[in-house]
Amino acid sequence: MVRRPFFWIIALAIAVFAAAPVVGNDVQLRESLALACVYITLASNLNLMLGYAGYINFGSIVFFGLGGYICIWLVDSYGAPLALSLIAAGIGVSALSLVFGLGILRLRGPFFALSTIGIVEGVQAFVENFTPWGGSSGIYISPQVFAPLGGPARALWVIYFLLVAAMGLSLYLSYAIKTSKFGLGLIAIGQNEDAAAILGVPTPRYKALAYSASAFLPAITGGLYFFKGAFIQPSDAFDLTLSTEAIVICMLGGQGTVTGVALGAYLYEELRGYLLTTATFSNFQLVIAGALLLVIVLFFPSGLMGWVYSRFPRAKRVLE
Amino acid sequence: MTALLEFDRVNKRFGGLQAVRELSFAMREGEILGLIGPNGAGKSTVFNLINGVFPPTSGRIVFDGVDITGEPPFRVARRGLSRTHQIVQPLTNMTVLENCAVGACFGRENLPLSRAHAAARDAIAVAGLDDRADLPALHLTIAGKKRLELARALAAQPKLLLLDEVLAGLNPTEIEHMIGVIRRIRDRGVTILIIEHLMQAIMSLSDRVVVLNFGEKLAEGLPAEVARHPQVIEAYLGDPKLAAELEGSE
Repeated sequence: MVRRPFFWIIALAIAVFAAAPVVGNDVQLRESLALACVYITLASNLNLMLGYAGYINFGSIVFFGLGGYICIWLVDSYGAPLALSLIAAGIGVSALSLVFGLGILRLRGPFFALSTIGIVEGVQAFVENFTPWGGSSGIYISPQVFAPLGGPARALWVIYFLLVAAMGLSLYLSYAIKTSKFGLGLIAIGQNEDAAAILGVPTPRYKALAYSASAFLPAITGGLYFFKGAFIQPSDAFDLTLSTEAIVICMLGGQGTVTGVALGAYLYEELRGYLLTTATFSNFQLVIAGALLLVIVLFFPSGLMGWVYSRFPRAKRVLE
Repeated sequence: MTALLEFDRVNKRFGGLQAVRELSFAMREGEILGLIGPNGAGKSTVFNLINGVFPPTSGRIVFDGVDITGEPPFRVARRGLSRTHQIVQPLTNMTVLENCAVGACFGRENLPLSRAHAAARDAIAVAGLDDRADLPALHLTIAGKKRLELARALAAQPKLLLLDEVLAGLNPTEIEHMIGVIRRIRDRGVTILIIEHLMQAIMSLSDRVVVLNFGEKLAEGLPAEVARHPQVIEAYLGDPKLAAELEGSE
């Protein structure tokens, strides 16, 4: 993998993300890139299910929200260090989604998609009534928790670099899976699940593993995101909008590709930032996202990378 | 002599329809067994029972000394049992090579990705698709897709290959080529169970033939014997011209 150019392209992207805001000590740029990292992480991991295995997961936000809750809860109630809380969030959510996955991955197509929405609603209802997690009013953490990271100002930089790391790992995970036997099996499932099973792909195990793997880094990113805001509540943690946006991003960039999904996430975040800060559009940025999805599905079914591949066939050899 | 595949009083019922009734037969290692019968006789159901698309209602299926009754398709494939589909099922957006690599990776040898490509190329060469290895499966002609089915099944290096109407829809030249391919596969030591409607082809290819009618075994034996079997002629080869054609093909 290290010998291939794409490995170094990812490394370069990570370096640019890490260095750009540091250069001019640009806090505004850092906040914008932090959000881009969140989008790239969510979309890249969703891509494992949507782009590779061909399963539409509307509930990818559950990984993000639950990761946030586990992390905040451990920090707040047990005074656990951030690193430990993040790892616990990642492992906890991955294990839980393995259990969910073994159940709902027996369903296919629209039935699976619906069940993933059911999981979001179910988990949200549970958390709203779970007193140790503050019920519907959520959990506030005191700014004191930033002290071990060197105070609030430095903590925001630490969190930013961790978000970049999670993004980088997401890209490498997508790439590593795509070029592995596991990835070949997943992509075969995405093309024709029955044919894949007859060729010997252990479909139930692979789907559950992909679902579980796609939960790990979003859970850690959720932990970082809500730790950064020092507050978590169910309506933010399990906001279906973000799940839907992740799907739009995958379609926009080209599902099943690593580059396309990352680029799509970045572009989408920039567009969203622009729309939100423009007086004319701020109230209907989701309308634009909807219209965008419609246009993509109708005219560019294979997204940005589909267009790039058809214009520059040689790009396929370099950009995964 | 040990049997590679054994059906022991297998039944399959779909609601009110008895698709397979008390079917028993055995296959020797290295033979080509033809499975024939009129439309709806249960031939494809037999294939689906063998590779686990659905479990039998009752009875036992033994492959290579192991009871595989009711095992899911991916586990049966891992044991060395591959099949082709009557209605082709390519992995459309993957290339011919990738399609075959899936077969090689997850088949009997359970190869790592690096070695799977070599096995895939080998299978592609046997099926005569070398010139189209990097083409997306989507762009193949129907004859190409049939060959892809065969190459992909072969890449798994199976002990037993189930061929479901690989000759259907091909023109005479393609048929001739495909028959050659099948013979070459057998010469590599692969046992073959074949469903085919082209009588001349199956009678000349098969070592033995099993005739199904309404899910029951009507006859079993050498092609020549079966073709003369009065019940078979009555049930299946009702057309005397076709019977004559078979006699001529021996």
